[in-house]
Amino acid sequence: MIRLPFAWMVALRFLREGRMQTILILSGVTAGVAVIIFLTALITGLQANIIARTLGTQAHVVVRPVEDAARTVLDRKDGPVAATIEKRAQRLRSIDQWERVIPLIEATPGVVAVSPMVSGPAFAVRGNASKSVALLGVDPERYLRVVKMRDYMVLGQFRLTGTEALIGVDLARDLGVTVGDKLRIASSQSRDDVVTIVGLFDVGNKEVNQRWVFLTLRLTQNLLDLVGGVSNIDATVERLFEAESVARRIEAQTGLLAESWMQTNAQLLSALKNQTLTNRMIRGFVILIVALGIASVLVVSVVQKSKEIGILRAMGASRRGIMAVFLLQGAIYGFAGSILGVGFGLGLVAAFAGVFRNPDGTVFFKPEADAEMILSACLTALLIGLVAAAIPARRAARLDPVTAIRNG
Amino acid sequence: MAEPVLRLEGVTKSYNVGTPVEIEVLHGISATVGAGEFVALVGPSGSGKSTLLNIIGLLERPTSGTVFISGENATALDEAGVTRLRGRTIGFVFQFHHLLPAFSALENVMMPQIIDRGRPEPDMAATAKDLLARVGLTGKENNRPTQLSGGQQQRVAIARALAARPALVLADEPTGNLDSKSADDVFALMREFNRDQNTAFLLVTHDPRLAARCDRVIELFDGRVASS
Ligand SMILES: Nc1ncnc2c1ncn2[C@@H]1O[C@H](COP(=O)(O)OP(=O)(O)OP(=O)(O)O)[C@@H](O)[C@H]1O
Ligand SMILES: [Mg+2]
Repeated sequence: MIRLPFAWMVALRFLREGRMQTILILSGVTAGVAVIIFLTALITGLQANIIARTLGTQAHVVVRPVEDAARTVLDRKDGPVAATIEKRAQRLRSIDQWERVIPLIEATPGVVAVSPMVSGPAFAVRGNASKSVALLGVDPERYLRVVKMRDYMVLGQFRLTGTEALIGVDLARDLGVTVGDKLRIASSQSRDDVVTIVGLFDVGNKEVNQRWVFLTLRLTQNLLDLVGGVSNIDATVERLFEAESVARRIEAQTGLLAESWMQTNAQLLSALKNQTLTNRMIRGFVILIVALGIASVLVVSVVQKSKEIGILRAMGASRRGIMAVFLLQGAIYGFAGSILGVGFGLGLVAAFAGVFRNPDGTVFFKPEADAEMILSACLTALLIGLVAAAIPARRAARLDPVTAIRNG
Repeated sequence: MAEPVLRLEGVTKSYNVGTPVEIEVLHGISATVGAGEFVALVGPSGSGKSTLLNIIGLLERPTSGTVFISGENATALDEAGVTRLRGRTIGFVFQFHHLLPAFSALENVMMPQIIDRGRPEPDMAATAKDLLARVGLTGKENNRPTQLSGGQQQRVAIARALAARPALVLADEPTGNLDSKSADDVFALMREFNRDQNTAFLLVTHDPRLAARCDRVIELFDGRVASS
């Protein structure tokens, strides 16, 4: 015989005796927990997906000179791309002493990578065709640490030297060029140069594919008449959702203007927040329903077992002992139900992971067993079980043993 | 003389106190039961026998008066103290046996000790088996109460009442639901334990034949001791 303590022994026996009730309420808790696990996985997956897509071509934080803020060339407010061509020929501003600013940004807590960039408007000319483009002068090594361009390369590598250029697949099609062909780049500063296309990229966004032209830092500086300068510095942060506070820190450190992706995408972010809020609300309701279910089953159980409670009390069981018997039942319902529910929920996630897919066929969310979430689900369920059992347990403890025994 | 296991001093009990239907059912009961005594409690229906037994068993508190159990003033104890005293010194045998249907005969007999010591211990099972053997239920240890006859159930209840070696066993019409043969067996069994273990018994019965075989009879009439 297993030598369980009194309260455990009686609680487990009561659960076993009320088999149908136990099975029903366990199914209820299981279903509730499964819904929470599944919904959370779905929404987390969805949001991660949207953010990954949004940040596919955006730096987490963009640092610019202060005066320049109002009329930035690469306007990042309207989504991921949109290089605004400024009609007036106008000298672009450079970040003063940017070589000294970079170590400052790099030293800011939370920053993991920094990449300087010169950007500005220009025209790409081939024969009679001329397209307005945005020049992005970068150090490819550094830039790759900020934006994962490597993943988007259709032809060639993300590497640049001398007069090499990387353009989007749509610009290549518009101009009828491909890797190995030459292209003339003319800037509004009436400078021009001939570049050789060494790679094509496809970021999955037509605007970007039509406009972006990557060149070396030096070539772009020459073309935009900004020798030795950079127009902005991109930074990658360690934790995505700390980008905003990191940006504030960078501003304090450098005195420059730092804009996080969270500012740039405020609308998207608030949509995601609403979604999270909705999920929390659903979770709250499910928890409430589960708690009410457990409580009502236990209330009935206390009435059914009032005679047994009276007998146990007559044999010396304390009020605490009786209370423990019913609290334990609630905790067991919650805990066992949550274990089953987590299993069932993860099963659902795995089953639906194959069904929900991105347009490009990649899986929408991974059936991940997040240990922390599972642990918190089980502990929450345990707690809910205890809380739900509190009122029935108090009633059981206060039951008058005489009434129970008299009514043989 | 040794301290009596039970001493009642002017015990009264009223129900619905402070309401228009307030009713006093016990009017100042004083009585004693000595260690190892076998006492019958008799009286007509409604005279207050069960009420008195519940007060002695510390399941109910008297409205006034004092209950001494083995010399200890139980009326002065708080709820937890009363529960502890009850578990240690008093065993119950009820009219409707009141076994726990979810537990086997053996577990039922062990229960008072499990409650007292917090969890089952191997020696409890041995004691319980022994007791079941003495009430003639060897081989029925694992039967549930519903798988036993009325007489067998009442014998399990007696074994259970004795398991924690109480000083006083309170039995409320333990033979009331049994045929006369089974009733005689159950009575004989209690008498045997009373003699062998020097356990005091206070036994409510309507059967004058059984009352006559007790050491002493306390007669209750309309909430008062008529004779003792
Ligand atoms: N909770 C209660 N509220 C009001 N009156 C009660 C309550 N319990 C018992 N009584 C009354 O107390 C009186 C004594 O009841 P009790 O059960 O002690 O009688 P008894 O002697 O055991 O009778 P019986 O032989 O029929 O079992 C009865 O008149 C009964 O109606
Ligand atoms: Mg009675």
